[in-house]
Amino acid sequence: MARTTMGVRSVTDSLGIERAGRDRGSEGLARFLGWVSLGLGVATLARREQVSRLCGVDDSPTARQVLAVAGVRELGHAAALLIPRRAGWGAWSRVAGDVLDLAAAGQAMKDRCGERRQRLTYTTWALAGITALDLYTAVRTTRGRRLREANRVYASVTINRSAADAYRFWHDFENLPRFMSHLQSVRTTGDRRSRWTAKAPAGRSVSWDAEIVDDRPGQLISWRSVGGARVPNSGSVRFIPVAGGRGTEVRIELGYRAPGGVLGTRAAKLFGENPQQQVCDDLRRFKQVIETGEITRSDGSPDGSNVQQQVKQRPAQPLATRGSGR
Amino acid sequence: MRANCWIAPNKVAVKNVPDPQILNPRDAVVRITSTAICGSDLHLLHGYIPAMKKGDVLGHEFMGEVVELGPGVRDGLRIGDRVVVAFPIACGNCASCERGLYSICENSNPNAAIAEKVMGHSPAGIFGYSHLLGGYAGGQAQYARVPYADVGTIKIGDDLPDEKVLFLSDVLPTGYMAAEMCDIKRGDTIAIWGAGPVGQFAAASALLLGAERVIVIDRFPYRLRIARENTGAETINYEQTDVLDALREMTAGRGPDACIDAVGMEGHHASAALHAYDRAKQATKVETDRPHALREAVLSCRNGGTISAIGAYGGFIDKFPMGSFMNRSLTMRSGQAHVQRYMRPLLERIRKGEIDPSFIITHTMRLDDAPHGFDIFKNKQDECLKVVLKP
Repeated sequence: MARTTMGVRSVTDSLGIERAGRDRGSEGLARFLGWVSLGLGVATLARREQVSRLCGVDDSPTARQVLAVAGVRELGHAAALLIPRRAGWGAWSRVAGDVLDLAAAGQAMKDRCGERRQRLTYTTWALAGITALDLYTAVRTTRGRRLREANRVYASVTINRSAADAYRFWHDFENLPRFMSHLQSVRTTGDRRSRWTAKAPAGRSVSWDAEIVDDRPGQLISWRSVGGARVPNSGSVRFIPVAGGRGTEVRIELGYRAPGGVLGTRAAKLFGENPQQQVCDDLRRFKQVIETGEITRSDGSPDGSNVQQQVKQRPAQPLATRGSGR
Repeated sequence: MRANCWIAPNKVAVKNVPDPQILNPRDAVVRITSTAICGSDLHLLHGYIPAMKKGDVLGHEFMGEVVELGPGVRDGLRIGDRVVVAFPIACGNCASCERGLYSICENSNPNAAIAEKVMGHSPAGIFGYSHLLGGYAGGQAQYARVPYADVGTIKIGDDLPDEKVLFLSDVLPTGYMAAEMCDIKRGDTIAIWGAGPVGQFAAASALLLGAERVIVIDRFPYRLRIARENTGAETINYEQTDVLDALREMTAGRGPDACIDAVGMEGHHASAALHAYDRAKQATKVETDRPHALREAVLSCRNGGTISAIGAYGGFIDKFPMGSFMNRSLTMRSGQAHVQRYMRPLLERIRKGEIDPSFIITHTMRLDDAPHGFDIFKNKQDECLKVVLKP
């Protein structure tokens, strides 16, 4: 539970890049490889003669063409690794390039002997080393991403209410469906127990029981699903007064195990499910409900704050749901 | 109902659309008796504000009669009340609203996440002003839904005609706030770029707030004449006179104590070449806004003076004279008007006869003629300064 505020997303970053738990080491490695690609690309293109001699393939015009293509390709890798804000699949493009390079080196080895063959051997060993490093980086950057996406989401918002008010509102779990859009209902079934029902794909619903595991009035509530929940999940919310009477920071952390593991999470995303975004939207609506008593609705966003809906707005024209004109 | 809709850049049309309805407990529905075209509507018309959709109902300056109320509306609003509606939508409960900063309400923009992508943080929602600012249907229509009606409306008695109170919705508080941001002291000279409705009201307000001299700058002689005749301001036509020289001369070298930019993102420059430079960059989206007035305001202002930027900007500007701004200890203040804060005191001033805002109205026409109104307002034809529409 003890978690620094660094790296926790606020709802005001709901379209942004996930910062929580980012694997800084592999990011740095990927950037480094990007600069290596840039250097190699420029060197190969600017000094093709020298490079071809160094690799032992200065005897063939075809080899020099292959080198030129490889140079351009390196620039592509550099772009893929250096331009995006987070190194994602760029490292895999280098691995693919390495395979091509190794194949080309193998091909060249066949018809060479003497000193050229010697140099080509060194080149191939160097290539193999680079391939190993690229593979390591690619696996590390992308594996880190998958784990993050599948398991935990964090979000925070500042509200103009006291921590006690916010705690009281949240502690009555039956209030949660008012701002958590995926919940249909929450029914209190005992002192610490409640029954939650959520919307599931294809118009179905899914229910589970939850229990409060930690409850510190005015400060923190944490809960977890019990029994055979289809999506085992847990959550905690902290209420932290802001200095100078400027309201309360509400920080939420949710964990869940999606059905079908990583594949299930990816499939859910295809259907537009994005837990991080949903939690950010939920907290925005929580702020609206606890401050104003209602969810803000407009003609373009009649269902209130919802990032997906914001991308596909209906025109800012009254809805035509109720009969005739005035 | 009939409503004036945005169709495409440079095209609006009056269409039949569904009637608005109560969506939330604190909503009201208002039958509109008067509504106006705002200078900032022209930025929408020209396509310079992002996130407009075909069919969006325009208009954020309107008043009328309450015909429907949600169960949660407080403050004694009743059906049949005559009200003016503030253009920023504000909840009245968040930290910003409690500080009187209604135009940056933290709850009224349901599309805040898009606005945050463009602006870092989101301002309030605004009627009929793009999906970036909420996607709310506007008030150039027969009816409008007013969210947080207990905060966003002011009741008007039957003693004042629409023409005198309609502009409490936007341009009068906007001009007043522009002057207020100048922190006017006795003896101050205030220069105002733009003699549109906001510039006119800023001039009148600056004199009301104790300025010694107000100088209004524009290029349309009829607008400068209206300013001279109705506000008591002096004027400069920037197509005939070099503004910096003139202001330096008029203030014996000091420069105005405060400068108000009441022009915003679609400014013009006397030099065709300089205008073309920014116009070309705007057309190619290298910059979104043309800040001619703002640049000139900064250079003109006296050392240690204040820039009050009230004209609407949407995105990014180039060639801001930061060196002049920084080295000469200038201050810049800005914001969409926090209308809810000014409606009551300004209504009092209208009642007392201290200001009669109706002098800016040059055209009154039927709602169905809105496209024509946009046309003459945009092209400054027929000495157009303000178009009021009657639904």
